[in-house]
Amino acid sequence: MRHSTRIAVGPVQFRIGSDWRAPIAALEKLYAAYPGEDARPADATVRLFAARPWRRWLRPSVHIGGDFVVPDALPLPLSMGLLAAEMGMNLQVALGWRRHMLLHASAVAKDGCAVILSGESGSGKSTLAALLGEGDWRLMGDEFTLIDPATGDALAFPRAVSLKNEAIGEIAARVDAGRLGPLLAGTPKGDIRHLIPRADAVAAMHEPVRPALLLFPRFGGETAIEPMGEGEAFVRLTEASTNYIALGEPGFAALTRLVRETPAFGISYPDSAAGMALVEQLFAEARR
Amino acid sequence: MVDRVYRAAPPDALRIEPLGELTAVFDRRSMQTHLVISPLPEILAMMGNEAVSASSLAGRLAADFDLDGEGDVAVLVADRLAELAALGLVGEV
Repeated sequence: MRHSTRIAVGPVQFRIGSDWRAPIAALEKLYAAYPGEDARPADATVRLFAARPWRRWLRPSVHIGGDFVVPDALPLPLSMGLLAAEMGMNLQVALGWRRHMLLHASAVAKDGCAVILSGESGSGKSTLAALLGEGDWRLMGDEFTLIDPATGDALAFPRAVSLKNEAIGEIAARVDAGRLGPLLAGTPKGDIRHLIPRADAVAAMHEPVRPALLLFPRFGGETAIEPMGEGEAFVRLTEASTNYIALGEPGFAALTRLVRETPAFGISYPDSAAGMALVEQLFAEARR
Repeated sequence: MVDRVYRAAPPDALRIEPLGELTAVFDRRSMQTHLVISPLPEILAMMGNEAVSASSLAGRLAADFDLDGEGDVAVLVADRLAELAALGLVGEV
């Protein structure tokens, strides 16, 4: 392809190619501190391409391709090329990764122990992880957490955090402007702005961490803590994993081990401060 | 009622992991995960490797768990065995 770059996020080496320079330039800015060129071949390839050659210039629209494609995915305007790149990276990992069990969950770590937050879009898992990552926690990832089937450890996937709508203002008030990407207004997911994880989180991204707490957050409503049984946590995590079925028995073993060894809770919280306090409280109790 | 005869999956075909109130069963033949609740794990555990009829299994369960109303137990066990057969975890002989 005309333009391309290499980015390593956690254990995944991406090769991203594009018909246009702009999305690659935006990625290189967001991922400037990440390891790039690697001697080994890329694990995942993302291609951003124009459907017809003239569409590179005329109403340019970005199609997302790669090793895996989703049929019927609508192209995005070039102004959202960075979003297209991010969606492509997520897609390749979600559909193609086999080395670890992939959980659709954010995670933060402290003292070698991880808190894994699993929830639907809108549960606040990304915002909570991003906010905790600005304090004395290490941000492991806002979207995916990897579980090593051999050891049971959690591995980070600290891609640039995708802040959405209200979360943008909440985080922007706390961080240096240089750590924020361009505002992508009016995307199919609302307003989006990327946050570059702290340098220490990127530097530590290959360090495995012991899962200490599984949380299933729900944003809105009174503060509440609901202990969750192993069976329910297992069911929810099979639903939150994009490759559980593909992994076969190692995935089954990893997940049964994770829910047996890790206390799980459903939490509800009215605002970010209450959510962060719940995480701190339950983490302290889990380590007692 | 027809007293159907079933045989459990071969011993190495299933990986059974109790998870609190649920039991997760991984079937190595189909690579499928099944989540079952009592009394299905107990029925699976009691079947052993021999072909067994629903009525004789009901008798064993009633004796082991000191159940009343044997007729109802037989119907219940026959229904549960049919469910296990539908999941592919036992086979009808």
